[in-house]
Amino acid sequence: MSDKFISIEDISRSYPAPSGGKTTIFKNLWLPMKRGEFTCIIGHSGCGKTTVLNILAGLDVPSSGEVIVDGQAIEGPSLDRAVIFQSHALLPWRSVMGNVSYAVSSKWRKWPGAQIREQAQKFIDLVGLTGSEHKKPAELSGGMKQRVGIARALSIEPKIMLMDEPFSALDALTRGTLQDEVRRICQTTGQTVFMITHDVDEAIYLADKIVLMTNGPGAVLAEIVENPLPRDRKRTDFHKHPLYYSVRNHIIDFLVERSRTFVANTKDFNPRNVPVVVPRAVEPSLAASDGPRLRATQTGTN
Amino acid sequence: MTGSLSFRAAVVSIALLVAFLLAWHLATRGIGPVQPMDPEYAKLMGATATQGKSAMPGPLDVGAKLWEHLKSPFYDKGPNDKGVGIQLAYSLGRVLTGYLLAVLFAIPIGFLIGMSPLMSKALDPYIQILKPISPLAWMPLALYTIKDSGLSAIFVIFICSLWPMMINTAFGVAAVRKEWLNVARTLEVGTIRRAFTIILPAAAPTILTGMRISIGIAWLVIVAAEMLVGGTGIGYFVWNEWNNLSIVNVINAILFIGLVGMVLDQVLARLTRLVTFPE
Repeated sequence: MSDKFISIEDISRSYPAPSGGKTTIFKNLWLPMKRGEFTCIIGHSGCGKTTVLNILAGLDVPSSGEVIVDGQAIEGPSLDRAVIFQSHALLPWRSVMGNVSYAVSSKWRKWPGAQIREQAQKFIDLVGLTGSEHKKPAELSGGMKQRVGIARALSIEPKIMLMDEPFSALDALTRGTLQDEVRRICQTTGQTVFMITHDVDEAIYLADKIVLMTNGPGAVLAEIVENPLPRDRKRTDFHKHPLYYSVRNHIIDFLVERSRTFVANTKDFNPRNVPVVVPRAVEPSLAASDGPRLRATQTGTN
Repeated sequence: MTGSLSFRAAVVSIALLVAFLLAWHLATRGIGPVQPMDPEYAKLMGATATQGKSAMPGPLDVGAKLWEHLKSPFYDKGPNDKGVGIQLAYSLGRVLTGYLLAVLFAIPIGFLIGMSPLMSKALDPYIQILKPISPLAWMPLALYTIKDSGLSAIFVIFICSLWPMMINTAFGVAAVRKEWLNVARTLEVGTIRRAFTIILPAAAPTILTGMRISIGIAWLVIVAAEMLVGGTGIGYFVWNEWNNLSIVNVINAILFIGLVGMVLDQVLARLTRLVTFPE
């Protein structure tokens, strides 16, 4: 199907438990992603988010199931899927230019040096690191290091970007600026992104779809929340949008309560058909009464 | 503040040297009992018996000899009388040959061990057994098989330099951060390119540390090896001067061995700093 650029199909991951038997981290995950879509996955620590991302990257393999990207099952890592690591993973013996051009020269092996540097420079400029090309990672602040990581990932012009909590180690101010940068870049390039985050606001600001994962072990995908905020939202005022609190409350309610109880309370859960939820505005009359504070419409994915 | 610390340290160093030289001088200045004897007989006796001079040379004797060595380090007056510079050059030549041969073997094998858990486990018992063997224990075997004393000395240097480099290389390669390897994997970097662009730079500081340990051991061992094989080299020089009962030359040789060892260590330390990356 054309609208499934990435399709996670029934992946599970388990490992042998110390006491014998198997511990299942997550099971039967089905998730479609469209081309150009920004998907965030939210869940508590230990539910296997990073493993899912690593499987998408090809750095890890599922115990069962597979991931189809652009009509082909993933077999190992690929230059089509760039990863932005949580720890930025820069090569400390290479300069900013060296780190980015290493990626460029890995993608286009026959390019002459000048062309490689030109491509690398383009993306160093894009993330606003012009003038720091010759600095080593140790001379850069945390935010600048993560910018290099972003430039390195973008410079190979991947089909998909995979981000593992890219901003979690940054201070709030830097995080905000980098979120803006990433959002701008992704919107102009139409990048397909899969991102792990713990930050609800970050997810609401960046993502088109927010996937909620229940607690591990035995984690499943509980819901796909479609972001009802307008696409041209700004970081300065998106939290003033009438729908902002609906989305936020819905996600936080999930994280606080339902992520724990979802599996036990949902008897007829069909992992192939993860419910898609579109949060609607809280109606004043309903909010005042003891009725549901949030109305959500649910539709199926398939 | 560091400047003043260096200055004070230098003052203490010099004071210690002066105190040592003074104590040495006083201890060997020669106040032993002198016995009256027939002048003909006295000619057969050493200065200790006739003039009460100490049998141990003092700092002034050693200094005078040192000056002689420094004035003409490269003279060659036959097999048993060569300048100390020539002897040191022989020793350095052997050390560097054996050492570089060891580099050629140790680093690739260390890479193999570091990258392959199978080879690591398979080779471990051999390394564990071979490593603690004193390099000089190989000497008779080397002499018997190689049938050349010079080459045997080089072999002994080779075998003693091998282990620290191999073990450090293996350790450095095995300890390369997974995230850097993952970067290479996501960029579809091939094995050879990965070895040279990720693993080698990441492990270089550890490898160089192993090389620094090795050069130190090689320089320790060459003296003993040359005492055994004889002919040339600073080790042979020490033993030859002992046979000549020239304690002055023995002390000078000890000084030179220390200085050259320090220079070798500093060169490797400098190289290690070059490849070390801050994180």
